[in-house]
Formats: sequence, C-alpha cells, structure tokens
Amino acid sequence: MNSSLLSLAIWTPIVGAIIVLLTGNDKNARIARPLALLTAILGLLVTIPLFTGFDHASGGMQFVENYAWIPAFSINYSLGVDGISMPLILLNSFITIFVVLAAWQVVENKVAQYMAAFLIMSGLINGIFAALDGILFYVFFEASLIPMYIIIGVWGGPNRVYAAIKFFLYTLLGSLLMLIALIYLAATSGSFNILDWHQLKIGMGPQIYLFLAFLIAFAVKVPMWPVHTWLPDAHVEAPTGGSVVLAAIALKLGAYGFLRFSLPIAPDASVYFGPLMITLSLIAIVYISFVALVQQDMKKLVAYSSIAHMGFVTLGFFMFDGSRMGSTLGVEGALVQMISHGFVSGAMFLCIGVMYDRLHSRQIADYGGVVNSMPKFAALFLLFAMANSGLPATSGFVGEFMVILGAVKFNFWIAFAAATTLITGAAYTLWMYKRVVFGEIVNPHVAEMDDINCRELLILGVLAIAVLAMGLYPYPFTDVMHASVDNLLKHVAVGKL
Amino acid sequence: MLTNFVLPNLAPAYPELFLLAMACVILLVDVIGGVACRTLVAALSLVTLLICAVITAGTATGETTMTFANMFVDDAFADLLKMLVYGAVAIVIVYSRRYLRDRGLDKAEYYLLLLFSTLGMMVMISANHFLALYLGLELMSLSIYAMVAMDRESARSTEAAMKYFILGSLASGLLLYGLSMLYGATRTLEISGVLQALAMNQSNEIILGFGLVFVVAGFAFKLGVVPFHMWVPDVYHGATTPMTLFISTAPKIATFAMVLRLMVFGTIPLAPLWQPMLMIMAVLSIIVGNLAAIAQTNIKRMLAYSGISHMGFMLLALSTGVVHGHAAYALAAYSSALYYVVAYVMMSLASFGVLLLMSRAGYDVEMLEDLKGLNQRSPWYAAMMMFVMFSMAGIPFFVGFFAKFSVLLSVIGAEFYIVAVIAVAFSLVGAFYYLRVVKNMYFDAPSDAAPIVATMDARLLLSLNGLAIAGFGLFPGGLMSLCQEALARSLY
Repeated sequence: MNSSLLSLAIWTPIVGAIIVLLTGNDKNARIARPLALLTAILGLLVTIPLFTGFDHASGGMQFVENYAWIPAFSINYSLGVDGISMPLILLNSFITIFVVLAAWQVVENKVAQYMAAFLIMSGLINGIFAALDGILFYVFFEASLIPMYIIIGVWGGPNRVYAAIKFFLYTLLGSLLMLIALIYLAATSGSFNILDWHQLKIGMGPQIYLFLAFLIAFAVKVPMWPVHTWLPDAHVEAPTGGSVVLAAIALKLGAYGFLRFSLPIAPDASVYFGPLMITLSLIAIVYISFVALVQQDMKKLVAYSSIAHMGFVTLGFFMFDGSRMGSTLGVEGALVQMISHGFVSGAMFLCIGVMYDRLHSRQIADYGGVVNSMPKFAALFLLFAMANSGLPATSGFVGEFMVILGAVKFNFWIAFAAATTLITGAAYTLWMYKRVVFGEIVNPHVAEMDDINCRELLILGVLAIAVLAMGLYPYPFTDVMHASVDNLLKHVAVGKL
Repeated sequence: MLTNFVLPNLAPAYPELFLLAMACVILLVDVIGGVACRTLVAALSLVTLLICAVITAGTATGETTMTFANMFVDDAFADLLKMLVYGAVAIVIVYSRRYLRDRGLDKAEYYLLLLFSTLGMMVMISANHFLALYLGLELMSLSIYAMVAMDRESARSTEAAMKYFILGSLASGLLLYGLSMLYGATRTLEISGVLQALAMNQSNEIILGFGLVFVVAGFAFKLGVVPFHMWVPDVYHGATTPMTLFISTAPKIATFAMVLRLMVFGTIPLAPLWQPMLMIMAVLSIIVGNLAAIAQTNIKRMLAYSGISHMGFMLLALSTGVVHGHAAYALAAYSSALYYVVAYVMMSLASFGVLLLMSRAGYDVEMLEDLKGLNQRSPWYAAMMMFVMFSMAGIPFFVGFFAKFSVLLSVIGAEFYIVAVIAVAFSLVGAFYYLRVVKNMYFDAPSDAAPIVATMDARLLLSLNGLAIAGFGLFPGGLMSLCQEALARSLY
C-alpha cells in the first residue's frame, strides 16, 4: 500500500520553487515572496498528517511508498518514516516558513532565486529524512549541497566564495566515501534497501571499514571535532536564512545518518568505536565551548556553540552499556537535543540577523546597550540565549539533561565532563548577551536601531513558544520516538557477529 | 562477364549509402548554388541526418545481420550508437551555425566534412573486419583534421591541425601494426573470426600480447587517455569552438564503438591481458586529467582535461568486465561504459553549446572569466551551464552522477576497492574546478553586459539539452535499460 504523504512533503516545496523561479527577475519580487510563503506553508501543512496519523506504538517504518526507479540496478523510490525521522521532517518544514519570512524585506537581490533555493533545499532535506533506499538517500544528500552552495555564494558576506567552496568540498569528501560504502553494501546484499542492510550479516572487518566510511561522511556533516572547520566559515558568510537552515536542519543530517546507517548497519563496530566517538564528542563539548567563549563575531560564537551542542547529540548516540536504560536515555536525549537545537540555534541566528539588518555588523564590539533601543527584541533574545545555555523550562535543558542522565549511568566522569557545558554554555552565551544588549550605548548607530516590527515579532514569538513548549512538556516528542529508539537499541545490542 | 559478381545484401548499409549519396548531392548543390545556398546546405545536412535516423530506426530489428562478406555488421548496438551519432552531429550543426556565419566560416565544406566524418563513424560502428574498421577510422579522422584546419587565417588552428594530423597518423599506424599482429596470430581479419580463433586457443600468446599493446595504444590515442593525451588540450584549444564541440562528442561515440568491437566483440578471451592496461590508463587519466584541469584558465583547455578524466572513467568500466575469468558482470560493466559515453556526450554538447551561444562576432568565450555574471545576464542559460557542471562533477540529480555511479558499481562489484577510492578522490578534485565555473557564473558580477544573441533553434535545442541532463538524472532508468538491452542483444 502506498501512501503519498512523504512524496508530497518532498515535492511540494520543489514544485513551488520552480513556480517561484518562473516569476523571473526582481521586478516581480512582489509575486515571488507571497508565492514562496504559500509554498512553505503548504509544505508544512502536508507534513502535519505525518504527526497526527503516526502510530506511536510501532517502531517500524510508516507511510511507506515504494516504486521502481532504476530497474536496471533494482534501485527503488522507497520512502518511509519512523519516530526518528518524522519529527525532523516536521522541524524542517516548520523552519522553512521562518526562513522565507526572515528574508521578506531584507533580501532584495534575485528574490525569486533566493526563495527557490531555500524551498528546493527544504524538499531535498525532507527526501533525505524519508529515503529508505540507499541511493535515493545519497542522491538527496548530495543534491542538497547545490542550493546551499548557491545560497552562501550569491547572498553571502565578503569572503563567501571561499566559504561556499570549502563547504561544498568538505561535505563532498565525506559523502563520496559513503557512496563507496553504499555500493559495497549493495554488492554484498544484492539490494539497495536500507532496511535490508540493517538485517545483513557483516563480519567485523568490513563493519569497521563501513563504520569509518560512514563516520567521515556524517562527522563532517554534524560536524564533529576535528572536521568542523567549515562550519564557522560557512555560518559567518551565509545570509541569515542560510545560517538558520545550516544550523537548524543541515547539521541534523549527519546525526540522523549515524542512527540510520552507522548504528544499525555496523552495530559491533559502533560499540567498538564507542570510546573514540565519546572522546571526540567530549572534545567538542568542552574544548569548542572554550573556543566559543573567545569569539568576537556573534555568528561565529553561535556556530561554535552549535558544534558543542551537536557534541551532546553524538555523545548520546554512543553510550552503550549493558543496561539499555542508559543508552535509551542517551539516544532519546540526543534526539530531543536535535529538535531543540533546531529551534534554538535557528532563533539565535534569526536574532543576529535582526541586528545585522539594522547595523550591518556582526562584531560584538560594535554593539552594547541594544536593550535601550530595542526592548521587545532584547526580551525575546534573552529567552533564546537562556535556552542556548540550557536553562530549565526551555527546550535546551531537556535534551542536555537526558544525555547527562544517561551518561551518569554509563560513566560518572564522562557525565561530569559533559555537564561542564552548563557552565561554559551559560558563560559564552550570556557574556555575549551582556556585551551586546546591556551597558551604555557606545556606538551612536545603536541608538537609532528600530525595535522589531510585526513580521520579526511573529517569527521570534512563534519560535519562543516552541522553545518554551518543548521545555515544559517534551512528552509528545519523546513519545513519538520511543518505540523506534527501542527497536534500534535492541538491534545494536544483539549485534551481527 | 559478371559471373563472379554477386550483389551483396545492401539493406544493413542503407543509412551509410543514403548518407553518401546525399553528401554528393549537397556537394553539387553548393557548386551550383554557391553562397546563396548556404542555408539550404545546412538544412539539407540536417534532413539527411534525420532521414538516416528514420532508416536506421526503420530497419532496426534487433537481429544481427552481416553483409559484404561479413565485413559489415548491423546489430542493436550499432543501431543505438548510430542514432546517437546522428543526434550529436545534428546538434553540432545547430549550435555552430551562427558562430560560423559571424566569422565567415559558414562554408559548405564544413557540412560536407561533417557528413563524411559521420559516414566514417557509421562504418566504424558497424565494422566487423579490421579493414572496414580502419577505413572508417581514417575517413572520420581525415575529415576532422581538415575541419580543425578550416580557419586558415588562424595560426593556432593550423598548428592544432598539424599536431592532430601527425600524432593521429602515428596512432593509426600503431593501430594498424597491432591489427596486423592479431591477424598474424589468428589468421583472420574478421572480428568475429578472431573471436572464434581465440576460442580454439591455438594462437601464439606473445604475438597476441604485442598486437594488443599496439591496438590499445592506437585507440587510447583516439580516445585521448593518459599517456596518449598530449594532443587533446592543444587541439581543443586551437580549434575553433564548433570544431571542438564536434571533436569532443560524436567521435567519442565512434571510438567507443571501435574499442568495444576490437576488445569485447573480438578479443574478450584475452581480457586478462588487456584489462590491466586499460585500468592503468584509466586511473592515470582520472588523476592527470583532474589535476591538470585545476590549473587551466582557458575553459576549452579545462574541458579538454576534464574530458580526459571522463574517458578514464569510461575505461574503468571497460576494464572490470571479466572478473576472475568470469564474464557474469560483463554486460553490466560494458553497458555502464556505454552509458558513461552517452552521458559525457550529452554534457559536452551542452557545455560547448553554452560557449557558442555566448560568443558573438569578434568575441569568443574562451576564458573562465568570460563566464562571469552569466546568471545576471541570462539566468536560464546560467542554470543550463550549472546543470552541466554539476553533472560533470557527478552530483545528483544529474545524468553525470548516474554515469559515475554505474561505473563505480562495476568497479566495486569486481572488488577493486582501492581503484574506486582513487576514482572518487579525484572526482572530489574535479568538483573544485567545476565549482569554480559555477562560482564565476553565479557569485561574480558580469564583466560584459552585451545581450546574448542566438538563433531560436540553438536556444531551444540548448535548453532541451540542459533539461535532458537533469531529466535523465531524475529518471535514469530508461536510458540505462536501453544501453543494457542493445549490448545484450548484440553480444549474446
């Protein structure tokens, strides 16, 4: 039985993007913008049935679609979501609306192309999360580089060419090795279906190679220390919308890849490499937090804080102990952290974008005393800053707390190292907030900044509600993913040897 | 008087005969009509190709028929490749007409040489005999040498033609020498006869080995793979863009046919001997082509080096057909090579097509900088060029990705993991210079504001060409099955 909801989620934004592109040059920007917004809203509406119609008790794939795509190689167009991927599709479609709104008055150069690039990106990312065929996954994964490359390169900052090419080549490096791994899996199993690969018996030797190939692909995307250096460059140069999509969605692709490929396909290698992964994650959490502390550029600071937060995600994935209790907490916490980070980092970049639109500077030193001219904005910004530093009652707290709890069950010292983020995270975020928002107005231009308008209030307000709602009542999120995570961990615990 | 003369079955060669007749008619039209009939000549050439396509499609039965004492074969493989050649040549004519007219090069000789060269390619594709193969190859090559030299006043073109001619003749000589050794060892010139003789296993291995080396060197030159690639950048650069467009497309199809006829149809039992040769050349081409392309500022030279690496990728598929003496995956490997050639020709047509489209009287688009800001001047053709570049870099959803993918599939199927890693590593290197082109088009401000002048037919065809690159990337299944089917019918 084929449902068509997932296809709709993928192709609605892409078809909409092509219509937006057809409006042509900037003379028709007044048509392009509402069309893009309409498409983004439609894109979210078609994903809502995925949530409402989701069977919480089942850990298997739902809303499955399957059609022959390349019969010569038995590659299929097969889609499906479980509790791990479904929330990410919703998050992606949700964020896309804000990206379109955030660029409403700001982007005036090649509006149609800008909007279309983001909409195509959104569709492709939905495809990544929904693909159940290895090659279909790869195709979406790779293709999503193109719009991001264009976004950074065309609408980016002064050093955009370097950042765009670095972003592209870095990600391509990882994914090409993954392609070899995917073809190897197909050659040994005779199928391109990811779920078949989950069941495929693989010896320890090949598992290690497979794990490493996937690790390079996904570690670059997450990004994990030490292959994270493309992210600060890309974030700083990208336009606001680009940073939002990168931080909120694109980083999740790597984490998702670990759960969909590395853990179930190479479970024994995952356990074997667990200590390495935990070490890398802790370096990201501890060391990168200190790096964030010394940044002068707000976007760079948030970019480094993203790396540290994603460290929590990878830490949560790889804490395997005898009792599945700890690992379940870890993985679910990591998933909650992924969603929460999507909201929070997206909101942080939007806030920086709001200030950048007025002052055209991202340097912390150029600000100071913003609260005097923009009180409403300062209040909302404070909420997101608190969420970024993991304050209880915001979404930032839930995920980190769950991962730390899982870590305590696993090894106290790992939990201790991870928990330092509650101090360092607060330090770099709130110190930046203090320097930007409070104090005397030094720069006269800051006094001339207008407070946020209705459009910006709407964007930040809705995200604030999301952050608070998730912080106060995370149950709907954990409930959806519980069965799937359980399935996955059972699978890993059994192993393939 | 003519008791010994039996008229051979002409049916399989109808397209060739028709093309020859039409070429003669066009020659007369030009002699009688002169300058006034230029458009007519171009139109007649296109109609000729179209009718050839109709004849080929109409007589295609999928059966293998031989004629002219088994020198000439008509099979599904030949039909498919001929159709591709017609298509490529027709597109070349449409793309280059305005460019040539602007420069006073729009002479009937151009169309005639194109048609004769096409005839040579058709003979190569259908050859089942070393002599027929060689005749076809020479007809094709000699026409191309003349075409490269057509811009008489350009010293660069003349130099390129000279270089091409001398090295090309050398390569032909090597090929002939190799073929003569194969003949010496197997006592037959017929390609299917060679196969039978090899199956008997009574030939002298050393002579066969020597012969193969020369044959491989000969066609490696024609394909332009390392270490026989030196002519490629100079000729691509020196020739006027329409000639480069032609050299980089249809002849690749014909040369691929020659390689397949010689290696797979003829000497597949010797695969353990020639596969390593092809693989070494393939890996070297991928490495050298991609590395050298980075340093180029001239886009034609860049595309020349990228072409070298693409041909390397194609050879990679050919060198993985027979694994541990089994030919179980041979069909998949050879059809992925065929698919790669088709994809490459499609991309090459579009890339040079964009260059021709942007050129105008007195202004040639040759340097990478000339593409700057194309997105502002013409978003549509910038998008088409972007499709080509990402496709060449092997990024989905474009046809180039599936071409690379299918080749990698056979390489990994044959368990050459290291080779696969080298191939993808240098695809990454390749991605850099393709990205640079996209960067010039999209990220930089235009240095030239002149509007793009192009005829409607070229615009339309180029758009179709670009959309095909994306379309075959979204739905690669049909073309892939077509390639597999044609080869399966002809090989077994």
